[in-house]
Amino acid sequence: MVLLVVPAVGAVTAALVRHDLAGRIAGTVAAAVAFLATLPLPIGRGTRVDTGPALVPWHQVDVAWVPSLDLRFHLGVDGISYPLVVLTALLTLLCCGYTLWRVPDPGRGRLLVALLLIIEVGILGVFLALDLILFFVFFELVLLPMYAVIAGWGGPGRRRAARMFVLYTLLGSVLLLVGLVTVVGAAGTADLVQLTGTRLGTGTQYAAFVLLAIGFAVKSPLWPLHTWLPDAHTEAPTVGSVILAGVLLKMGTYGLLRVAVGVAPDAAQGAAPVLGGFAAAAIIVGGLVCLAQNEVKRLIAYSSVGHMGFVLLGIATLQPVGFQAALVGNVAHGLITGLLFFLAGAVKDRAHTGELAKLGGLRETAPGLSGLLGFAAVASLGLPGLAGFWGEAFAIVAALRTGGAYWNVLGVVAAFGAALAAAYLLRLLRRTTHGPASPAVLALDGPRLSAAELVAWAPLVLLIVALGLLPALVLGPGAAAVDALHGVVGR
Amino acid sequence: MRLPSTHCTGWWADEHWVRASADGGWWVVIDHVALLPAYLAAGTAVLVLVADLLKPVPPAVRETPRRVTVRGGVLAGVGAATGTGRALPSQSTVDAAPSDAAPSDAAPSDGSAGGRSAGPAADAGGVALFWRRLPLIVGAVGALAVAVSAAWLGLGLDGRVRTAFCGGAEAPDCSFAVDARATTLMAAFGLITLAVLALSAGVDAPPGEYAFLLVASMTGGVVLAGAADLITLIVALETLTLPLYVLVGLRRRPERAVESGQAAVTFLVVSVISTAISLLGAALVYAATGAIHFGAVRMVSNAVVDPALRPIATAGTVLLLAGLAFKVAAVPLHAWAPTTYDGAPLPVAAYLSTASKFGGVIAIGYVVTKALPAATDVTGPTLAVLAVLTMTVGNLVALRQTRMVRLLAWSSIAQAGYIVAALAVPGGLAVAFGYTVFFVLLELAAFGGIIGTRGPGADGGNLDDYAGLVRRAPARAVVIGLALAGLAGLPPGIAGLFAKVAVVRVLVDGDATWLAVVVAINAVIGLAYYVRAARILFTGPSGGRLERPSWTVAAALTLLTAAGLVAGFAPQLVFDLVVWS
Repeated sequence: MVLLVVPAVGAVTAALVRHDLAGRIAGTVAAAVAFLATLPLPIGRGTRVDTGPALVPWHQVDVAWVPSLDLRFHLGVDGISYPLVVLTALLTLLCCGYTLWRVPDPGRGRLLVALLLIIEVGILGVFLALDLILFFVFFELVLLPMYAVIAGWGGPGRRRAARMFVLYTLLGSVLLLVGLVTVVGAAGTADLVQLTGTRLGTGTQYAAFVLLAIGFAVKSPLWPLHTWLPDAHTEAPTVGSVILAGVLLKMGTYGLLRVAVGVAPDAAQGAAPVLGGFAAAAIIVGGLVCLAQNEVKRLIAYSSVGHMGFVLLGIATLQPVGFQAALVGNVAHGLITGLLFFLAGAVKDRAHTGELAKLGGLRETAPGLSGLLGFAAVASLGLPGLAGFWGEAFAIVAALRTGGAYWNVLGVVAAFGAALAAAYLLRLLRRTTHGPASPAVLALDGPRLSAAELVAWAPLVLLIVALGLLPALVLGPGAAAVDALHGVVGR
Repeated sequence: MRLPSTHCTGWWADEHWVRASADGGWWVVIDHVALLPAYLAAGTAVLVLVADLLKPVPPAVRETPRRVTVRGGVLAGVGAATGTGRALPSQSTVDAAPSDAAPSDAAPSDGSAGGRSAGPAADAGGVALFWRRLPLIVGAVGALAVAVSAAWLGLGLDGRVRTAFCGGAEAPDCSFAVDARATTLMAAFGLITLAVLALSAGVDAPPGEYAFLLVASMTGGVVLAGAADLITLIVALETLTLPLYVLVGLRRRPERAVESGQAAVTFLVVSVISTAISLLGAALVYAATGAIHFGAVRMVSNAVVDPALRPIATAGTVLLLAGLAFKVAAVPLHAWAPTTYDGAPLPVAAYLSTASKFGGVIAIGYVVTKALPAATDVTGPTLAVLAVLTMTVGNLVALRQTRMVRLLAWSSIAQAGYIVAALAVPGGLAVAFGYTVFFVLLELAAFGGIIGTRGPGADGGNLDDYAGLVRRAPARAVVIGLALAGLAGLPPGIAGLFAKVAVVRVLVDGDATWLAVVVAINAVIGLAYYVRAARILFTGPSGGRLERPSWTVAAALTLLTAAGLVAGFAPQLVFDLVVWS
């Protein structure tokens, strides 16, 4: 697939080119080519036949790689992965473009671009892999480059944050490995196309599902395994936070949906109430913690915990509506949180502080920035008409539709969590944009937005509006695949 | 104490035996082709000695050995005759041959300055350097020949087994058997020795003895790969280890001689004890089964051993494995490794952590799968306990290390734990060998990077000495970084990732999921220190400039990196090699 080769080549070029700016430009061009390559993917997709297997990729590559490990180089794209693939390529492109304009300390921007492209290769690989072991290889590929991004370009507490990130997520991924290998050993194949729909033994399913769910829950991250996330997001450079929140977390939810639910549907059914309970807890905990945050990046990071709670709640319902909610929620969260982190980074770079108490009156000095921040916050709290609404609303609807007192309670709790989100985001806006201008805000470096920032953010703003008005952008391609997956669970 | 009369058709069933058995009676059949790599290895050892003896000693030196005073702790004095000038820690002066030392050590690091100032013989520089290096060159050529002959032997086997030293009237008791996998292992020993010799250019030791001991150790490894009875196994393993006691202590610079001496004595004492333990174990197994050949032991232990003898067989098995565990530095027989690695010259440490460990893995693997497959109820739990202890202790202690070589030593203890874990389940032999191949590649690359950075005469230094290495020597920093990532089992060290996947896979398939989880959690602990060491390479203030490593080190490093990358992107090659037969 061109998709993986282009960023890989770009990464190597960017790292090898001696001149810093030339390296960054080469990397950005590679990211742009990769993004353009994602666009024509839906062309030529076949129509699904109801009697066919549950997972029909639109396009695929399938080459034997390591037969003794049952590892095939099997990539393919379908309706569930496609929106995430595009999102990944887009965010990487925007981050590379942003790096053209501004390189965080300590410079060496071409290396940063190279690492971003390697991360892109890993994430795209995860979304495209149709082989469990290959999935794991790409899952691990992301780890060290992300560590390097945080540890190399991060804030003052970066070492600890990076170490937390890498150890926590590795713990998740090794448990994931054991789970995957359990499945592969029991089934005799690692091919997702064959595995989705085959029924393994119940014991194997439960063992695998628990291991896989823990592995993905660390990555997502699901409360109470989220503790690595705030530090990593706060300390990472802006582009690192954007990638981390925008697409890296989606590897967890995507994996849960595609691998854990797809391969162990019976166990998923059994464990759904537990998963739903944790998801609802995450929504509430995320909201409450956010209310008490005083640092803007930290607040956004914790809000991710809440939002991913909605996504996980959608998956846990095992309803088609829930899966749809998870898909839309994933993409919407990637766009909105990506934008929020860009904005928070811009604010911090200008004001040299992220303390809410020291920011205030942004509206007076930097109306453009505060306006965008307001837009992103409102989108994040799920205002109808913007992208954030659909994921949360559908997740609650799915929970209520599942029926039973327990799920009704979960739905109500989640709705309350949505209200909490409104509370903390409005608090964020009140503290930063309104009120008298603080000294830090008055001393803002360059209150106007630069052209590069506008170019980097405009696509996100447009897509948030577009997705809010037309959720079918994501739902359309995914519908067939979601129905098929639900068919597997319901059988 | 009886031998079964049933005719066995196993992996040793071979036309040589069948043909000879028609004569009846006692016979010894030697297939010299099977022994070719071993002959070559032993012959190389002899040639190395001859090459060293041929070395012309400048007459002036022989007549008037000068006394050179050691100053500032830097001494590049070289004994006129090989080894006679080895410095003792108590001496501040040694006999030295200045004209020999002058052009000699092409050591890229410190140390050669003292020698250069001592003698003027620059005219004969190239020739003297050639003669000094000759033993190393002969050893390298011999190691390559061993590898090539083993590969040729393996390709010609075509699924058969070649045997030698067969005897016994009833059972096909061969002491030496070469199957395809054994040839792979023989070739591996040759290549490891070749790599270590390449990394040894300018090592702080008399080259004659150094090359001889290394090649003698390789001979042990080659024989070990073909060993088919318990005695050959233990003797071969001792041949592999014995030269290392001397190699560890083989240093000429006095300021490091105390450490080397301590390392050598620690190594020797623990090793002797463990050899005694494994011999006792082998004796008990013999007492219980009446056999020492793998095939015979297997048949006897398959048949109903006298119940009264069962405890003896069990005790023998456990003791045998415990003694062999020393060679892979498994806990609780691990304490020698960090001291020894850190005290030994760097190339010797590299050899210890690869070839010596490989030997231990082969020995345990052969005992478990070829001699005592019926005793999995004993060997399985024993090895599982050893594995859990080894990886956990190794990783936890490695967390606190501040010296580079000690960190690698403790990490290699942990790695041995993963290998032993694979051996604890049925069918794990191939994966254990495969993992060892990956590990050896990565470990050699790591040590190669360190030698390239510090020079073969220096020690590994503290982790802080590597700060900002990427700015001084980007290529070497990237190699060490890749090797560390591989040892941690993470991309971009993708070879290590596949090794980890393979081990977890075989454990889960072998119904030892709990062990797989322990391995997985240990991988997380391991990452904590690998990432710490790797971070230092890429961050921090940059120190002074480094000198270029000698071309052999550079070439070895390049080849090792290339091999590591190939093994990473085409791991099937490695798995095919070790699963061959």
